[in-house]
Amino acid sequence: MGWFDRLKQGLQKTKQLLQTDVRDLFKAGQILDEAQLEKFEAGLIRTDMGVAAASQIITNLRNEYLGRTVEVANIWGTVKSTLKSILIGENDVRWDRDQPLSPLKTAASKPTVILVSGVNGVGKTTTIAKLAKLIQTSGHTVMLAAGDTFRAAAVEQLTMWSERLGCPIVTKPSGTDPAAVAFAGCEAAVKEGVDYLIIDTAGRLHTQQNLMKELEKVRRIIDKQVPGAPHESLLVIDATTGQNGVNQAKQFSEAILCTGIVLTKLDGTARGGVVVAIRQQMGTPVKYVGVGEQIDDLQLFDPDSFVEALFAEG
Amino acid sequence: MFEGITTGLKAAVSMLGRGGKLTEANIRDGLAEVKRALLEADVNYDVATAFVKRVTSEALGEKVLKSLRPDQQFIGIVHQQLVGLMGPTDHSLHLRRDGLNKIMMCGLQGSGKTTTCGKLARMVKEAGFEPMLVAADLQRPAAIEQLKVIGQQLGVTVYTEDPKTSSPLQVCTNALKAAKANAAIKVLILDTAGRLHVDQELMNELELIDRKTQPDQILLVCDSMTGQDAVNSAKAFNDALEVDGVILTKLDGDTRGGAALSIKEVTGVPIKYIGVGEQLDKLEPFHPDRMAGRILGMGDVVTLFEKAQEAFDQEEIQKQQEKMLQGKFTLDDFRSQMQQIRRMGPLKDIVKMIPGLGSMFDSNPDIDAEGDMGRIEAIIGSMTKQERNNPDIIDRSRRHRIARGSGVDPSEVNRMLKDFESMAGMMQKMAGLGMMDRMKAMGQLMNGGFFDPNAGMKAVKGSTRSGPLDAKAAADKKKKTRKDAKKQKKRNR
Repeated sequence: MGWFDRLKQGLQKTKQLLQTDVRDLFKAGQILDEAQLEKFEAGLIRTDMGVAAASQIITNLRNEYLGRTVEVANIWGTVKSTLKSILIGENDVRWDRDQPLSPLKTAASKPTVILVSGVNGVGKTTTIAKLAKLIQTSGHTVMLAAGDTFRAAAVEQLTMWSERLGCPIVTKPSGTDPAAVAFAGCEAAVKEGVDYLIIDTAGRLHTQQNLMKELEKVRRIIDKQVPGAPHESLLVIDATTGQNGVNQAKQFSEAILCTGIVLTKLDGTARGGVVVAIRQQMGTPVKYVGVGEQIDDLQLFDPDSFVEALFAEG
Repeated sequence: MFEGITTGLKAAVSMLGRGGKLTEANIRDGLAEVKRALLEADVNYDVATAFVKRVTSEALGEKVLKSLRPDQQFIGIVHQQLVGLMGPTDHSLHLRRDGLNKIMMCGLQGSGKTTTCGKLARMVKEAGFEPMLVAADLQRPAAIEQLKVIGQQLGVTVYTEDPKTSSPLQVCTNALKAAKANAAIKVLILDTAGRLHVDQELMNELELIDRKTQPDQILLVCDSMTGQDAVNSAKAFNDALEVDGVILTKLDGDTRGGAALSIKEVTGVPIKYIGVGEQLDKLEPFHPDRMAGRILGMGDVVTLFEKAQEAFDQEEIQKQQEKMLQGKFTLDDFRSQMQQIRRMGPLKDIVKMIPGLGSMFDSNPDIDAEGDMGRIEAIIGSMTKQERNNPDIIDRSRRHRIARGSGVDPSEVNRMLKDFESMAGMMQKMAGLGMMDRMKAMGQLMNGGFFDPNAGMKAVKGSTRSGPLDAKAAADKKKKTRKDAKKQKKRNR
């Protein structure tokens, strides 16, 4: 099964939902009225994209088509292109299908450091394992640093993954300052000359100031140890997250200058539309999507397919 | 984002005159605001639409009370309806003293089941029931370890089996046997693996466990940050298992928590508890009225009071109040007071909970209250004991020394002292006030010197060169001597 199919499968529910709405709503030959637009807005809101993004799309539709005869293809064109233009932004990210690592910035000299953070329970550790696998399959070496020293057994969890993947891991006992783990990780990565170092962090709510400060410190330490690092700081967001995702992106960006988002748990019925709102308000792009629990269920994000799969026919 | 509805509503229904009636026409904009606020709080679209309809029928024909602004009254109706929908509450787990109580936890991945299991175990243990935790999550690597660690922290037995040779069902049935064999165990808590509600296989497994173990309570753990999808998962779990209660987690964040309304509305299952932190004691009963305020972004005064009570050391407060009344409020007291305020959490969060102040930070993002407080603490820390007790002795040379010691500008030391002086006056006034008034006064303080270095503290009435404290103390003393003299005269007669 290709990656597109997987993504499509993951988004199946979304599509069905939007489509049933849309099929009932826009029948060719009818005249587009406010009631239809409102119903359509409901469909958009259900994807969690937020009131702002939904109203932008609806306004576009209203301006272009209100009172006119409905032509499904045209309306679709407008919706898709609006969403795509929001998601693509200013062409600052490359999602090359043939190179799974293309959205990641790489360091001029080894190692490329990737810092992964997010609120509790979004699937950070699993995402790290998946990302490590992706790096390995693209023929690079990777090392992990178990920076979640807070949650019970988090270190063990990552260690288990590293054993399964057969990649080196840097750990410290539970309760250690995560910055110390990051420090040791950078040191080991430089010494052993691996291509990528992925640093895990404990899940934290973005409102916990002290913990966000701690994260800032981790970032600072990494920067000191490997100048210019972390080259990527990825924020993991759960697709079920609602509008709070925007606050998360804001606060985490303040602390660790997020360069991208990994959207996880897209295999449920949740639609993950909040990334549209985040991209719109913050400019932070989605780089990968998690579409399952298996180790290779991390896919490169592609705005075209994301929108396409959202609205694909049949 | 916060305060969104209050300000928006004010504008939307401002044309309503006092004494008029709420009609469909004049509340239309208000209703649109309500709907927008609900959607931004992640209330499900259908639930939000239905809710707005209900509010309309409730509000229509209501007379605008003379004593209230129309927007206040309108919000009141909305708030009432929200509370009504999320209630009634049921904070009990209905534990029986005789026999074994079985509680099963379920939910999506990452909703916080395992941590919540620990919190529940702690709660029932405190209530006098010996719990036993069962690690039925064989899926997530290290989930068993996590539960073991939690069990160790609480001193609670954890039942585990080797994930390689066992199945979740087997773990649960064996744990049930083990718990029945041990007469001391009163509550069995099953921690099942997180699963997607669309994963039929895993949902069947959950149903099987339900049938075989016959739990007395099935609790659904739900992340309060969930968006529109909350209804889908809650409905699926409820359809499969007949959930008895919901526990909302991660409410210590800044999520508005619209999921609470959606879940209650769609499933009818009461929300029992909320998780407000990672520590094992952070489980609280659910209060619909507080949640309603939160969803509407109106601030949460009750929680603020509770937080304040928690953070403030009662004895310390008593001591300070006495000192204030005597007019002996020193810089040391000032500092300890500040430390107590800081203990309540980031100032930003605290301020957000005070109605009317929530938008302050949004409109003025440059103010660095934490930093200011830190600097003030440093300045006081660099003073001698004598200086702290009697700041009047601080002259130019002392001021420079203090500035050097705390790494600030001498002028900042001066400003701090000035702030303190007016603060001391205010504090003295506050000592006689109730809690509510005190919070208001705090707001006044925050609006003033703390946050905006250019704005001075509000002038305190009657402050003289010798300081308002001494003046008041002197007046009191004078009064007292006069009274005593009178008494003495009476006796002499």
